[in-house]
Amino acid sequence: MRFAVLVFPGSWSDHDCQYVLQDILGHPTDRVWHRASSLDGYDAVVVPGGFAYGDYLRCGAIARFSPVMAALQRHVDAGRPVFGSCNGFQILCEAGLLPGALLLNDSLEYRCEPAYVRVERTDTGFTGACRGEQALMLPISHGQGNYYADEQTLAALEADGRVLFRYCDPQGAVTAVANPNGSLHNIAGVVNAAGTVLGMMPHPERASEALMGGEDGLLIWRSIIERWG
Amino acid sequence: MTDPAPAVDDATLQQIALSRAEYEQARQRLGREPAPVELGMIGALWSEHCGYKHSKPLFRHFPVEAPHVLTTLGGENAGAVDIGDGLVVVMKIESHNHPSAIEPYQGAATGVGGIVRDIFAMGARPIAILDSLRFGPLDLPNNRRLLRGVVAGIGGYGNCLGIPNLGGEVRVGPGYSGNPLVNAMCVGIARRDAMIGARAEGPGNALLLVGADTGRDGLHGATFASVQLDERSEERRPAVQVGNPFMEKLLMEACVELVSQHRDWIVGLQDLGAAGLTSSAVECAARAGTGVTLDVSRVPRRETAMSPYDVMLSESQERMLVVVKRGHEDDVATLFRRWELTAVTIGTVTDDGLARIRDGDHEVAAIDVRLLTSPPTYEGEAAPDPVAAAAAAFDPSSLPDVADAHAANAALRALLAAPNITDKRWVTRQYDQQVGTNTVIGPGSDAGVLRIKGTRRAIALSTDGNGRTTWLDPWAGGARAVAEAARNVACAGATPLAVTDCLNFGNPERPQIYFQISQAVQGIAAACRALGTPVVSGNVSLYNETNGVPVTPTPVVGMLGLIEDVDRIVRMPFQRPGDVVALLGAMLPQAASTLGGGEYLAVLHGLEAGPVAVDLHAEAALVRLLNAAARRGLLRSAHDCSDGGLAVALAECAVAAGLGLDAPSLDLGPRLDAALFGEAGARAVVSLRPSDLPALESLAAEHGVPVTPFGPVGGDRLRLGPLDLPLADVTDAYRGGLERALAGHDL
Repeated sequence: MRFAVLVFPGSWSDHDCQYVLQDILGHPTDRVWHRASSLDGYDAVVVPGGFAYGDYLRCGAIARFSPVMAALQRHVDAGRPVFGSCNGFQILCEAGLLPGALLLNDSLEYRCEPAYVRVERTDTGFTGACRGEQALMLPISHGQGNYYADEQTLAALEADGRVLFRYCDPQGAVTAVANPNGSLHNIAGVVNAAGTVLGMMPHPERASEALMGGEDGLLIWRSIIERWG
Repeated sequence: MTDPAPAVDDATLQQIALSRAEYEQARQRLGREPAPVELGMIGALWSEHCGYKHSKPLFRHFPVEAPHVLTTLGGENAGAVDIGDGLVVVMKIESHNHPSAIEPYQGAATGVGGIVRDIFAMGARPIAILDSLRFGPLDLPNNRRLLRGVVAGIGGYGNCLGIPNLGGEVRVGPGYSGNPLVNAMCVGIARRDAMIGARAEGPGNALLLVGADTGRDGLHGATFASVQLDERSEERRPAVQVGNPFMEKLLMEACVELVSQHRDWIVGLQDLGAAGLTSSAVECAARAGTGVTLDVSRVPRRETAMSPYDVMLSESQERMLVVVKRGHEDDVATLFRRWELTAVTIGTVTDDGLARIRDGDHEVAAIDVRLLTSPPTYEGEAAPDPVAAAAAAFDPSSLPDVADAHAANAALRALLAAPNITDKRWVTRQYDQQVGTNTVIGPGSDAGVLRIKGTRRAIALSTDGNGRTTWLDPWAGGARAVAEAARNVACAGATPLAVTDCLNFGNPERPQIYFQISQAVQGIAAACRALGTPVVSGNVSLYNETNGVPVTPTPVVGMLGLIEDVDRIVRMPFQRPGDVVALLGAMLPQAASTLGGGEYLAVLHGLEAGPVAVDLHAEAALVRLLNAAARRGLLRSAHDCSDGGLAVALAECAVAAGLGLDAPSLDLGPRLDAALFGEAGARAVVSLRPSDLPALESLAAEHGVPVTPFGPVGGDRLRLGPLDLPLADVTDAYRGGLERALAGHDL
């Protein structure tokens, strides 16, 4: 399976995602500069974390205008998978590929810490390798990860089962205390209607080796590879 | 008879912080009256910040050479250390105290920006930031404001860059009120064959200015850093620069790409920091023994009507000077443009030894590079501070011991909640700690540990410095900073390799301050010799005074350690119930004198007093033992005994693990307070499989280090002699102490 990891000028999880996919999991992975006009030949695209354009404006607000975004749209239209984490989630929302928006954390502070997310469904291309309601330990690192959508959108997301991950405690209980940023419904990750575009705030690439403190992130990469590889 | 009218008035000299005598010396060496731009350049490069007038004579004490050290102290932007496998670690620590006192967010942010540029100026990719912070007591709202602002600034800038923050220290003391210390350390990694120096070699080569446009921000920043703070310091706010971390990220990526892939296009790389274009161009020429010609009219500006003086002395951030081989100017400019950065040829390297500054066709300065880079140096007069000496003579045995178990329990809780000891998670969770996916151990342990991808190796990093003990005994304070930093990396399983240091003191023209500096430097030097860790880089921040009150003298040491095998990394928390705990380095009973200068006296008795001892022979033996035990896989956990002594160290191991300790029957000797909370150095607590204890004991005997086993690990209480607390209470005291202090509540 061939992966593209998009590189905006201020991306910083690009190398980390490439390392996991290529060096740990053995799948050829290119870092693709944001001025590329084509994503042909890639089976899946990763939109990594970072501060794409410094994000002094809304996160991802400028990145959505990068040349590669037209190619990304075509990739999505062709039914191929896209995984966005952190800034990648913010960019996918700004680009309209996912609903909702990421607001400032309710603490008004940046948060980098281990977070637990509960897997809400296992019958998707991004969660097939997980157990139902499994609590995954995945680090977060963001200042604007407070998921927001209007009531109607939120109701539709819930009704369609498009919330794939919710912040929870280590035992899997979805509680207010376990919510690190004020996200509505403790939402940590949502998928598009077709089930091919996932955005989530946590960083699975930071939990993909025992030496780094955990391997739960591998379940997400393996799910993608099993479904689309 | 009247003196001839001075050519330059006192107000001008004061603005550039040059004394009348220094001005006269410059005039004589120049053989004429300096032109205005020349005078500005002299003032900036002869400032303490750039010229190290009062500190350079002391640096000869430092050991600076070792087979693994690839740079000379002060010869490059940062120190470079060979770690094997063809790889080099580049490291430096630097202060940004004065700007942070005036504008904490931007002061701290641009402090991070400056030190990160020093690292990628060597061609290294920055892989870690640490910061050593000091604030005044948090019951004062201004100190809380400064702490919040500094932490937000470090995070706001560093998080955008994609460099993990591995911690450092946050300490609080009355001697930092209104004059916080913000020392930022950056560490990078490069291939040994793809490093670059900051040299303007080769007459005819081009000087390219890349990155941000130049504005008036930061004019006289270097000068500002070399004078004392007073009520009017707020008026110097224009001397504080404003950071743009996104621009820094682009510069970093472009420079790393340039050096790692196109080393043959360039001969040198230098960041623009204090004194901006003046210092970067002149220092590059000085290192190469060449000259430079610059045309300021070619410098891209962000403001109109800037004079050549403004351009030469601007400290606008996120700029680099690239010395490009003739013929490769377009190649280099194209690379930077791809990263959406401006790159303009502003001058050339010459062979006449002069810094010639033109504004179009008009020459505004032509001054000898050597004159600019050889300011007068001063060996100050040194005299001990009688107040500190009297405090150091205090005998802690004159105090009553802790009365009973109840008092010991209360003392431990108070210490764990005190700002210098309590959990710093409120700070560190605002920093990205894992980007790069190398962080094996993040903030909150003795040292941060990063694995080096593509190898079996890892590096351990720590910063340490204790102002209180340095005030009481400057030599011992300096030596203990090195010893503790070495102990910290050794507890992680690392062999200490090299030191970078940041010397934060008051006005060196006062004999008592000069005494502190010179003694601390000699203490650092002695400890570095004993531990085999040369000083490879550093920075000096003097004139840290507010309204004439000097800051607590604070030498900060950043230590690099090397771990040969990631499987031999040792962690701080206890690991398994049933493991045996051992104190290495001393017997359990301790003399009351070991409480001197410690947290127990400060927190429980309100005393900053008592003797400060250091035994460098014992420190070196302990480090060697920890290294040998880690290599043999004998240690399940290790933690050094420092602030708050044995009881605090064990509490931290227990809280981090969620595992208690059951050691009620111990001979703690005649002074319970000293055994539990004394701060004798050269000690660490480790835990290990009971079956490994004989092997550790014989190894310790070989190294001449005492071992006292006790324990075991386990249960939900912390029991240490008469001290006995539920682990939940210990955890409550330790966690959240900083939040409570920041909320303005009493501790």
